[in-house]
Amino acid sequence: MAQPAPLAGRAVGAAPGGLRTRRPPVLDLLPVVPYFAYTLAFLLLPAATVLVGAFFTQDGQFTLAHLAALLEGQHLQAYVNSLQLSAATAVAGGALGGLMAYAAVSPGAPRWIRPTLTTFAGVAANFAGVPLAFAFIATLGTVGLLTRLLQALGVDLYGAGFTLFSFAGLALTYTYFQIPLMILVIAPALDGLRVEWQEAAASLGATGVQFWRYVGLPVLAPSVLGAMVLLFCNAFAAYATPYALTSGVVNLVTTQIGNVLQGNVLTDPHLGHALALGMIAVIAVAMAGYALLQRRAARWMR
Amino acid sequence: MTGRFSAWRAVWLLLGGCYFLVPLVATAEFSLRAGGGRYDLSAYAFVLRDPRFLESFRLSLVLALETIAVALVLLLPTVYWVHLRLARLRPLVEFVSVLPFVVPPIVLVVGLLNLYRGAPELLVGSPHFLVTGYVILALPYVYRALDAGLRAIDVHTLTEAAQSLGAGWLTTMARVILPNLQGAVLSGAFLTLAIVMGEFTLANVMLFSTFSVYINYIGETQATPAAALTLASFAVTWVAMAGILVVGRQLGGRQAQIGGAR
Repeated sequence: MAQPAPLAGRAVGAAPGGLRTRRPPVLDLLPVVPYFAYTLAFLLLPAATVLVGAFFTQDGQFTLAHLAALLEGQHLQAYVNSLQLSAATAVAGGALGGLMAYAAVSPGAPRWIRPTLTTFAGVAANFAGVPLAFAFIATLGTVGLLTRLLQALGVDLYGAGFTLFSFAGLALTYTYFQIPLMILVIAPALDGLRVEWQEAAASLGATGVQFWRYVGLPVLAPSVLGAMVLLFCNAFAAYATPYALTSGVVNLVTTQIGNVLQGNVLTDPHLGHALALGMIAVIAVAMAGYALLQRRAARWMR
Repeated sequence: MTGRFSAWRAVWLLLGGCYFLVPLVATAEFSLRAGGGRYDLSAYAFVLRDPRFLESFRLSLVLALETIAVALVLLLPTVYWVHLRLARLRPLVEFVSVLPFVVPPIVLVVGLLNLYRGAPELLVGSPHFLVTGYVILALPYVYRALDAGLRAIDVHTLTEAAQSLGAGWLTTMARVILPNLQGAVLSGAFLTLAIVMGEFTLANVMLFSTFSVYINYIGETQATPAAALTLASFAVTWVAMAGILVVGRQLGGRQAQIGGAR
């Protein structure tokens, strides 16, 4: 902090410039310097070493070979798997979570439902990673509770070819944190859907279906899509859950980077950088899309 | 109309409730299994006897407290100053605060190792080095919590009032601004606690035995103690969320609840 200095006049924020004449502008920036210094040292520079490292060999030669390798064999497969898994769970979690949020928020819902739902959603959205993987093993693993219950009822999941340690199993597990995340993200947007619109549509003779087709969904679409993009990024970055659940049976980008890092495979560390660069690129594109959707969604938010 | 509507609502919420509860019930049942269809508390006894349980739990807790402290010291002055003086800089500061979303933890740890592998062992060899990355993971959430808190109070008037009574910057911060931000600070802290207690990626790659790494280690060989630890981890998440709820009630407004280590 700078030395004590009296604040001059009223409305410091309302009239910028009033103060800057009294103090050198450099001093004004002083309190935010640690913030930028810290993020530079522990986020931006580390990320930069990854981005740059993808273009160099072990002995410092420029190369595009690592990036080219991303389009081959197991690397490409890892991206395909990660993208599919993230997209599938974003859509499924988004749809289910959206409907649940609507059930709790829509007009006529008892008042206690919403805080209850968001509380449980907060817990479930934060309950992820290793413990979540074990919770699902206890539920749907080979000797899990649900597996055995279904067996007693004559449904043999594993006999029918299902296994938790697969793409489908991962998708099911991810959905556990995707649904509550959707509920938390979409609930405020659902508030923007005003009761008056529904009443106005009804008084003009619109059916429920017509209301949703011409008013409800068009208004909500940017918010819902935006929320699904967030869910996508969330699943795309997941490492702990697939690591603990499948220990690499399902080839994903995050676990592949982890393998390179831990020296489990005999690969060039710079290949790991290239894999990481690809991840940043995918998420950056998705987040740019999210920002655009947010701008459209903001029109209807109070 | 209302009747049909309520039934539809109830079905969805019931479905959601089942999806939420079934894995937890299954985990509890699993943790009590003793083989041959019998149940006992041996998994819990095993966990409590294992010194690594307490060690890893304490390590994660200490790391969480350190992360909260560093994040607050870093962000409180920044967010306060942006509200008070540097409105022009707000877009840039906010942009940086969401950048951790673009860099997934597994990529962040690659970068941290690249940059600091050669640093003195005292720094990089200690599990406390994890805090540097954890602060980055917590940054978007703590920033948003503090930002929301400062939005809810009149920063300018409070600061002017304090200073016209002769308070310096530190006094203003500690005795005027901070008490008004209690709810925001605490909800950011509880969310950080939940994130750090569950964090696995950085710790696993850097080979430090935090709580999550320990749970995974146990799970590789013994299933029932792993289930017991999973319930313990779930309880930690509940405590953190309950904390947010309690301080959020004072706060009145919406509070950050999204975080988690996937």
